Amino acid sequence: MAGFALNLAKPETQRSSTSSLIYDPKVRGVFYQVLTVALVALFVWMVTQNTINNLAKANIASGFDFLEGRAGFDIAQSLIPYSSDSTYGRALIVGLLNTLQVAFFGIITASILGFVVGIARLSKNWLIARLAQVYVEIFRNIPPLLVILFWYKGVISVLPQARDSIAMPLSSYLNNRGLFFPKAIWGDGAWMIGVALLVAIIASIVIFRWARKRQAATGQQFRSGWTAIGLIIGLPMLTFLVLGSPVTFDYPIAGRFNLTGGSTIGPEFISLYLALSFYTASFIAEIVRGGILAVPKGQTEAASALGIRPNVTTRLVIIPQAMRIIIPPLTSQFLNLTKNSSLAVAVGFADVVAVGGTMLNQTGQAVEIVALWLVIYLSLSVTTALFMNWFNAKMALVER
Amino acid sequence: MKKTILSAAIGAAVLGTASAASAATLDDVKAKGFVTCGVSQGIPGFSNPNDKGDWSGLDVDYCRGIAAAVFGDPSKAKFVALSSKDRFPALQSGEVDVLTRNTTWTISRDTSLGFNFRTVNYYDGQGFMVKKGLNVKSALELSGAAVCVQQGTTTELNLADYFKANNLQYNPVVFEKEADATSAYDSGRCDVYTTDQSGLYAIRLKMKNPDENMVLPEVISKEPLGPAVRQGDDKWFDIVSWVHYAMVGAEELGVTSKNVDEMKTSGGPDIKRMLGSEEGTKIGTDLGLTNDWAYNVIKTVGNYGEVFARNLGPDTPIKIERGLNAQWTKGGLQYAPPIR
Repeated sequence: MAGFALNLAKPETQRSSTSSLIYDPKVRGVFYQVLTVALVALFVWMVTQNTINNLAKANIASGFDFLEGRAGFDIAQSLIPYSSDSTYGRALIVGLLNTLQVAFFGIITASILGFVVGIARLSKNWLIARLAQVYVEIFRNIPPLLVILFWYKGVISVLPQARDSIAMPLSSYLNNRGLFFPKAIWGDGAWMIGVALLVAIIASIVIFRWARKRQAATGQQFRSGWTAIGLIIGLPMLTFLVLGSPVTFDYPIAGRFNLTGGSTIGPEFISLYLALSFYTASFIAEIVRGGILAVPKGQTEAASALGIRPNVTTRLVIIPQAMRIIIPPLTSQFLNLTKNSSLAVAVGFADVVAVGGTMLNQTGQAVEIVALWLVIYLSLSVTTALFMNWFNAKMALVER
Repeated sequence: MKKTILSAAIGAAVLGTASAASAATLDDVKAKGFVTCGVSQGIPGFSNPNDKGDWSGLDVDYCRGIAAAVFGDPSKAKFVALSSKDRFPALQSGEVDVLTRNTTWTISRDTSLGFNFRTVNYYDGQGFMVKKGLNVKSALELSGAAVCVQQGTTTELNLADYFKANNLQYNPVVFEKEADATSAYDSGRCDVYTTDQSGLYAIRLKMKNPDENMVLPEVISKEPLGPAVRQGDDKWFDIVSWVHYAMVGAEELGVTSKNVDEMKTSGGPDIKRMLGSEEGTKIGTDLGLTNDWAYNVIKTVGNYGEVFARNLGPDTPIKIERGLNAQWTKGGLQYAPPIR
């Protein structure tokens, strides 16, 4: 690029055209770049052609037509309607949604836990700081697969059998087949509760903005947090009561083999979700601690000098500055969590790799399915990265 | 595990020219000096390594039989342990020469996967194992049960079909490795474990309390298990097939590893023909082998009955009767075409 700019700035000299072309850094630069691209393209083309030729020679069917075939196998946990009559394509989507589900909840839990532990490590309370340190050192130094197996074989499979389920509050039960809880069956007009919740959330956002503007203008504070909590809990509750409790529950009851009815979260999901959350949280805790420590001490001192109380200092002075340092490495941890979810095969959770593996064996289309896996994980990672870049730009320090 | 598939797929993609598409597996095998067989990761009676890493089992003996036919030496066989998911890419890519891994012969595996099957070394069928304490007498009582199953097997598909056909609900718990699936069943994650019946009897022995488990009477599928090779190499396919037929034929004719030397000189014409001691015979050279290939197989590995008795029969811990796998003369399905 430097040569490019230099060349543009230089006036054209009168030399023989061939030698000037050979010695022209701009032409040379373009030549090597074209050469590199051509070589890469050639390599990709050769690999593709070779694969196609070899598949044809080995009489192996190729192409993505198989995705429309009948899957023929069942999947235990599915967010969308699925049966063995569905297509392979739909089975893969079921797996993808399961991956997304565990990644989504894992990221949320890992972030919350990571922030709490990261801040706890900086606590002045000796016990809290040491406990947080022990947590980080344990989970950070164990491979994620072992953490998953720990939860699956060490915690959940030693829970009681279905007949001796542990009874929990709200008619929930816990046993080695998972967590069972009542399923809400909504009656007429129940959609209005959802509308009420949505209205409450929007109203809260409006109140937050108004309160911030007013504080900026007049310095008067408003308890917007409490108001929002009141709105978000109160408004749907009020609607619920006004409508005359339009909900019934389907409770889990003991069946021949297991509890039936209600909703279930399988042990595979629970162990994978907990393991990924606990594992990733240990890294996030370190990132958070590093981010907070990176904010100069002078900031705290300046805030105290202005008479700002310590917890307000943390919330309004330290954290916003630390966030700028925390977010980029946090993105990597989110990506890692998503990718580590492919370890689900170890515990038999039907994620996109596990479902793809079954498909691979039923259809034998190894090259196609491996390619689909690569594309899926690449898209997931790129999407996460784009979102975090946007968030990072939003959180960046505004230069005044 | 993912790595294996990836490398197999990439192997097929990049290096495929040499091995995967090669039409002459026999030449490759002779050049490298041993036969590479794909086997299971440990199913007692079929292919199971002991604590010293020595393999034994029906499928393992088949591989040794092929090695004996090609080299006259059963020890020139190498075994690659494959999960059910990895076995097909491994054969497609040329990582193994033959798959002797209790693999069910189906039309889609024969066609779209690019394999060839001809012989069945074990006629099996899928069954269910449950804990005796559940008091279940028939598979039709299993509605609502959690079923542990190994990923990517015909078992998984038969299970879905059977429960659908009988309008039963179930909750599949699918594992890639058989050991994980069985240990999940053993620890009570599932009510039922399902696989081929031969496998159920073998796996029952691995349970904490084998006697607390029982195999239900229903057999819900046909599972003809046999060796598979890549399409497009008829010579190698013939060798793998005729090793099986020689073992079955030898049992029918009463030739065993103990009396084969004597039979070679004093047996009837059909026995001499099979063992390659007939004048001017081309029984082996036409296959690309030596004329005494069948003799070598019987001498070193034994006939089908001996192999069955050694690995699966009533004197082993697995205790499986011959049943469908008896000779056709005794009401079974094992039948060898004439060797002439």
